[in-house]
Amino acid sequence: MAPANLGVIAGTDEAPGPRNPLRDPRDRRIPRVAGPCVLVMFGVTGDLARKKLMPAIYDLANRGLLPPGFSFVGFARRDWENEDFAQLTYQAVKEYARTPFRDAVWQQLSEGVRFVSGSFDDDAAFDGLADTVMKLDAERGTGGNYAFYLSIPPNQFPTVVRQLKRSGLSDSGGDGWRRVVIEKPFGHDLASARELNATLEGVFPPEAVFRIDHYLGKETVQNILALRFANEMYEPIWNRGYVDHVQITMVEDIGIGGRAGYYDGIGAARDVIQNHLLQLLALTAMEEPVAFDADSLRMEKEKVLSAVRLPADLAMGTARGQYAAGWQGGRQVRGFLEEDGIPPDSRTETYAAIKLGVDTRRWAGVPFYLRAGKRLPRRMTEIALIFQRAPHLPFSATDTEELGQNAIVIRIQPDEGITVRFGSKVPGTAMEVRDVNMDFAYGESFTESSPEAYERLLLDVLIGDPPLFPRQAEVELGWRILDPIEEFWASYTKPDQYPAGSAGPASAEALMARDGRAWRRL
Amino acid sequence: MTIDLTDTTTSAIQQALTEARRRMGGPASGMVLTLIIVTDEAAQYDAVRAASQAGREHPSRIVAVISRKPKAESRLDAEIRVGETGPGEIILLRMYGPLGQHADSVVAPLLVPDVPVVTWWPDEAPSSPHADPLGSVAQRRVTDAAASETPKDLLLTLAKAYQPGDTDLSWTRATSWRSLLAATLDQPYPQLLSGEVLAEPDNPSADLIAAWLGLRLGIEVQRGESGGPGITEVSFDTPDGKVALSRPDGRNATLSWPGRPERRVALHRREAPDLIAEELRRLEPDEVYAETLRALAGSAGGAAQ
Repeated sequence: MAPANLGVIAGTDEAPGPRNPLRDPRDRRIPRVAGPCVLVMFGVTGDLARKKLMPAIYDLANRGLLPPGFSFVGFARRDWENEDFAQLTYQAVKEYARTPFRDAVWQQLSEGVRFVSGSFDDDAAFDGLADTVMKLDAERGTGGNYAFYLSIPPNQFPTVVRQLKRSGLSDSGGDGWRRVVIEKPFGHDLASARELNATLEGVFPPEAVFRIDHYLGKETVQNILALRFANEMYEPIWNRGYVDHVQITMVEDIGIGGRAGYYDGIGAARDVIQNHLLQLLALTAMEEPVAFDADSLRMEKEKVLSAVRLPADLAMGTARGQYAAGWQGGRQVRGFLEEDGIPPDSRTETYAAIKLGVDTRRWAGVPFYLRAGKRLPRRMTEIALIFQRAPHLPFSATDTEELGQNAIVIRIQPDEGITVRFGSKVPGTAMEVRDVNMDFAYGESFTESSPEAYERLLLDVLIGDPPLFPRQAEVELGWRILDPIEEFWASYTKPDQYPAGSAGPASAEALMARDGRAWRRL
Repeated sequence: MTIDLTDTTTSAIQQALTEARRRMGGPASGMVLTLIIVTDEAAQYDAVRAASQAGREHPSRIVAVISRKPKAESRLDAEIRVGETGPGEIILLRMYGPLGQHADSVVAPLLVPDVPVVTWWPDEAPSSPHADPLGSVAQRRVTDAAASETPKDLLLTLAKAYQPGDTDLSWTRATSWRSLLAATLDQPYPQLLSGEVLAEPDNPSADLIAAWLGLRLGIEVQRGESGGPGITEVSFDTPDGKVALSRPDGRNATLSWPGRPERRVALHRREAPDLIAEELRRLEPDEVYAETLRALAGSAGGAAQ
């Protein structure tokens, strides 16, 4: 079957239950709308909940994608009434929603907002929560369908999950559905990831666990698949015959801010390479899935991740660093070791670069360079395929002095789009060839799009559409790749220092230089 | 930047466009379509504004064709706006005298190569959009029956002239109702015996929804009248009682279902930029619209006999 929309990874088109005569695959205007349900959120006072999740809920409601009676329940250790929580949500929506604020939409949404106060080890509070959602079923017709969003530190998952089971909330009794949503980090190594998963899957079936990697909700990331598999002109050159190497970059200008407690001991590699960057690598390197459904996509991603090979010598194939004090973006900033809450002898890296191979016929011999870091010149995420030089240039050496390698760059943030770099003649009487860029930026580039990603992902959770959510197998494959590197780092090296606002540690430059290559400029 | 060209030609306009782009540092033109707006001086402001807002989602070259003083001597004035409100380019073409009858000759050279063309008549629609000179260059032809004084008659005229690629904004306005109705029937529902759509008398969207429901559900769907605003209720008779989706205030809808709590949902009326953006999202022929229009014409024909 043809995908519903090539720019989007389509799920199965079948609506649940009996066939709905009003739905027609040819009717492309009618969007997918979630069925009646309650979203229960733990950790409502966190930044993510306020800046992304609550606005996303409002935006979905504003676009008419939430069902009649949709209800939203917050759970936290605050002495609050429903109104206090509604007020918090209201402020979050006012401040961060992407779509215009409409009083009528908010009024209608706020009727379904509830708050349950209590700590995670408080049995009575969870019994109260169970009461609340059952009352919502009766009052608002939410049909016994609950999604639990755990926007809380992973060490609290076991308690919450146990409480959901004890209070009977996790058991649908065959009526309605239960889904649980978790955010990264999915563990800090293979063993802990498995443990975490065992906790969740001890209570919820695997298909009810939705792991959010918000990068996969981004338009451009989904567009990688359209670019590769809906076009004829890219796929023939998307292999070792033409590609010299691939650079996947995710860097930020900010430091760790207030996240010292989380970041120390985690570091750049565990924070973003294990999940986001390896997902981007998988989408870039995978073979064509037989269909755009969850199973086929995940199968291809797992296949390519299982073919990832580490450098033989980890000292030569990896680099890591810590930002030192310096000037970043016109301001003087502290070094990582001087940040509040970071021990002065911390060995946590704020910059990591890794060279990986992909052992498949398509990619044999093509290195994939991954880098992630903080306090670098700017915030940017991109995938760059750097092509080999033309085998023969029928120009004199001086004509092509300034000609670099062709490249296809998929820009993921902040300025979503695609750049193609190629050589072009400089106008004039002399033959001179120089690099030029050709740019495509779809409308998305005009709006800050990360909330959009959450909107899409939340809707997919409520509909029960899994293609954009990584499976446990992918998480484990990520740790299999990263664990040996982390072990090596822990036992042998100390992160190199790099001045804040620079392009990273010298060891990372050396890593590329050994291969006769260079990082793309940040 | 805005460039005014009086008594000009298309090649001068093209040259001005190229120069404007170069002066702005040669930003790449990532335009995904050309949108032709056929309008008059009074309505052009709103239409162009709506289109340029939609252009944030779909970067496009917007060509507004404005006819002026048909008795005057032939003259072409152009106003070019680049890099002001968003991506893409806006060209306002004011055509005086007999030139207004040959607008296609002016527009043809200004279409962006390779990408699709959409023609939109925000006010008065031609009786056959496909045969209209400015419609025949387009893959997609967007009319608006609600702007007509006799919307239903216009829909019937459009039904007769229908060609794949035709569409009407009154159908676009129906989308939020239709998606809510479709979502309602995603759950197990009782047998539907008959239906009714209540709206203001001159509401073409309600006519289309009634025709669509009748066609899809195979039941009789009445078109009743109410005081508005817009569509106020869609209801079905079932053996258990009445299932109804009502929106008395134009903002919030209530879903009532026998034996279940009432459920409320936001269902606001949509603005022009939103509607145009939806139209530009998919450019293939809208087969469901075609079938609905045919059903509407069929039932109207039956009633007349």
